[in-house]
Amino acid sequence: MSTAPAEISVEPRVHYLNVDYGIKSWLLTTDHKRIAMLYLASITFMFVIGGAFAVIMRLHLIEPTGALVEPETYNKLFTMHGIIMIFFFLIPSIPAVLGNFLVPLMIGARDLAFPRINLLSWYIYVVGAAFTMYAVVSGGVDTGWTFYTPYSSTYANTHVMATALGVFITGFSSILTGLNFIVTIHKMRAPGMTWFRMPLFLWAIYATSMIMILGTPVLAITIVLLALERLLHVGIFDPNLGGDPLLFQHMFWFYSHPAVYIMILLGMGVVSELVTCFSKKRIFGYSFVAFSSVSIAVLSFLVWGHHMFVTGQSIYAGLVFSLLSFLVAIPSAIKVFNWTATLYKGSVSYQAPMLYAMGFIGLFTMGGLTGLFLASLATDVHLNGTYFIVAHFHYIMVGSAVMAYLGGIHFWWPKITGRLYPDTWARFAALVIFIGFNLTFFPQFMLGYLGMPRRYAFYPQEFQVLNVMSSAGASILAVGYLIPLVYLFWSMRYGPVASSNPWGAKGLEWQTSSPPPTDNFEETPVVTEGAYAYSSEEAPVV
Amino acid sequence: MPWWSGFPIHPERGSTIAEGVDHLHYFLTAITLIFTAIIFATIFYFAVKYRRQSENDKPPHIAGSLTLEILWTLIPTLLAFVTFVWSASLYFRNSRPPEAALEIFVIGKQWMWQLQHPEGPREINELHVPVGQPIKLTMISQDVIHDFYVPAFRVKKDVLPGRYSSIWFQATKTGKYHFFCAQYCGAQHAGMIGWVYVMTPVDYEEWLSGGVKGESMAQAGGRLFGQLGCITCHMPDGTGRGPSLEGLFGKPVQLQDGRTVPADEAYLREHILNPRALTVKGYPPIMPTFQGQVSEEQVLQLIAFVKSLGTEERKPAKP
Repeated sequence: MSTAPAEISVEPRVHYLNVDYGIKSWLLTTDHKRIAMLYLASITFMFVIGGAFAVIMRLHLIEPTGALVEPETYNKLFTMHGIIMIFFFLIPSIPAVLGNFLVPLMIGARDLAFPRINLLSWYIYVVGAAFTMYAVVSGGVDTGWTFYTPYSSTYANTHVMATALGVFITGFSSILTGLNFIVTIHKMRAPGMTWFRMPLFLWAIYATSMIMILGTPVLAITIVLLALERLLHVGIFDPNLGGDPLLFQHMFWFYSHPAVYIMILLGMGVVSELVTCFSKKRIFGYSFVAFSSVSIAVLSFLVWGHHMFVTGQSIYAGLVFSLLSFLVAIPSAIKVFNWTATLYKGSVSYQAPMLYAMGFIGLFTMGGLTGLFLASLATDVHLNGTYFIVAHFHYIMVGSAVMAYLGGIHFWWPKITGRLYPDTWARFAALVIFIGFNLTFFPQFMLGYLGMPRRYAFYPQEFQVLNVMSSAGASILAVGYLIPLVYLFWSMRYGPVASSNPWGAKGLEWQTSSPPPTDNFEETPVVTEGAYAYSSEEAPVV
Repeated sequence: MPWWSGFPIHPERGSTIAEGVDHLHYFLTAITLIFTAIIFATIFYFAVKYRRQSENDKPPHIAGSLTLEILWTLIPTLLAFVTFVWSASLYFRNSRPPEAALEIFVIGKQWMWQLQHPEGPREINELHVPVGQPIKLTMISQDVIHDFYVPAFRVKKDVLPGRYSSIWFQATKTGKYHFFCAQYCGAQHAGMIGWVYVMTPVDYEEWLSGGVKGESMAQAGGRLFGQLGCITCHMPDGTGRGPSLEGLFGKPVQLQDGRTVPADEAYLREHILNPRALTVKGYPPIMPTFQGQVSEEQVLQLIAFVKSLGTEERKPAKP
């Protein structure tokens, strides 16, 4: 994907894709749209690798004794699956691809505030990914994506440092991207684009950027401390050296819990765009949806201790973290209700992006509600560390976040590439993914409740039936993810040419041509109405 | 076996707390199902009823409804609060071991469980306990973080290096239940599993006294106390260079730095391994560290010995 499809040059109009075809014009670009494409190519590559690891794991678990690989290899597989998917796919997915492409377009700007820093953040991502991929090909790492000490700092003899260094470096890419978005949204909005006229996707981007710049440095610090202990034997986490093993978990989850909201908040932002467009309605309760994003972002920093209910932390700390975790569920519920209410008296069409959005709402509802089991102290004691957790966070991070990401890719694909994909195939893929996902992960809720611990390379016989069901579902899910990969690639060359606004959507990005010219707009747009003005009446803000 | 036996609706219930946890679990399952059904049904209904008739549809302008927003903020908040109070009170109850609990010691290491009864018997990956009696497990890891998990009892707690943690349970029926390591701990993590054998008290007594008659933990600790030379300073009559340890366990201790701390397991362990941090008021800081010279198992034996001092050669706890 390093060069644009050649036949676009048949079109006389110059746009960001056909303005130059040289390899240098891509690698040295400062155009936010081209950088988004660089990210799209890189994270898709990482997704395929991380997905392949998942496929091997599910095949392995068909047999209680383990069907394919040695336990050591299995441990490396789930570790690298987690690290690649979280740090190199999910966290950059919506912000770095859709955010990069859309933020300037949605606010009517020519580019991000710092175009060169934007390119730098992609290079930093690539360097980080290179270190991690080096660790993968040179033997792998087996600490779990959570790098818990003292296993990671003292006992593991796999490539911990190369992997952690990769994660450390990639963090700076997140920080720079977040910084860029915040400055851009503050300073570069077109005339008339007030905060409360912004599309909700931008509110989500803003809240997420805050998390990225406030949370990521803590992860970086944690990794530095881990390195100090592993390489120089400075006692920080290992009690044999005078350290505290739980300190690591506090620091790690202080970043990594909010990181989950990086993924899901943006998914929510995308879905707000899709639901409004495909029901031709203003979002129901705009300000409630907007402020729920902000309150989720704030609360996300105060709930990390719910990962540690069984570590022996004080039961009073457990009490506070449990209460706060219940609180974070409420803004999420508000969003779900408002999306549903948006459909009321709308003009609902079932084009592919809408099916992805509906899939998101369904899976997010289930993922969110099963989170209550884990916020509840008494049930968490039983469920923590089992497949219930695995199922829950996959409903949120894969079921919901990836569904929203794909919905967004399908929605803005005509804008990004100037081409349409076959809608029937896209709808079929959405259905296959939804069904495959549920078949894969629903049995895991039951496995967890019945007591099967996660990260087991082999397991007692009584868990086999549910494991086989999960693996069978995973094969459907894998096909579901491959279908869009095929038709989206196909559409870049053979898809029908898209108009500037194929969905009849509101939003500044649809007012410019598809694909947009390098400078985005012929002339700076002036905004006179709020987002989602699908109805004729003037829109008062609730 | 019927075909549905592969799909039990709840894991086996083998402890006094299991049913309470399950009831909360069912309540949460009901909430999940009800809300999911409401959302799915409403979306489905709206999507069909308001499906697009033509590209020129002009839906009405609806900005929102304050009443609805308040309603669907308050209802989840209320439900969340009810669930929170329920789960927290259950958790509080489940966290406190009863006074009369029978104590058993657990040492986790890559990749096995060692279980030590005060009376002497030592087991690997097996734990024999009597039914109907509260059991308190005091646990420590020799290397990385492990986690002791008995699904049938609904109990789980991390087993940490350098620090004691504990759980308790009271088994309600005899039988054989799996326990697992639930915190990833390296290559053979999945192999770090074993069985709890719940026996009648009579069978348990028989099991305790059967097999090779070894020394109790306190006796082994007493032997170590002599071998390591502890006895030369900690003389029973208090005339040694260190304080007498008679009747010390559980009492408050005044430290050189002004703190007063209870002489519990954590204090004794720390004092054996890092004595300078806990110098007792009125004594010179001359005790050497035993870090690296004693295993976690031996530390537990020493503690058992100190516990037995001043209690008229404490007999193994009888139910």
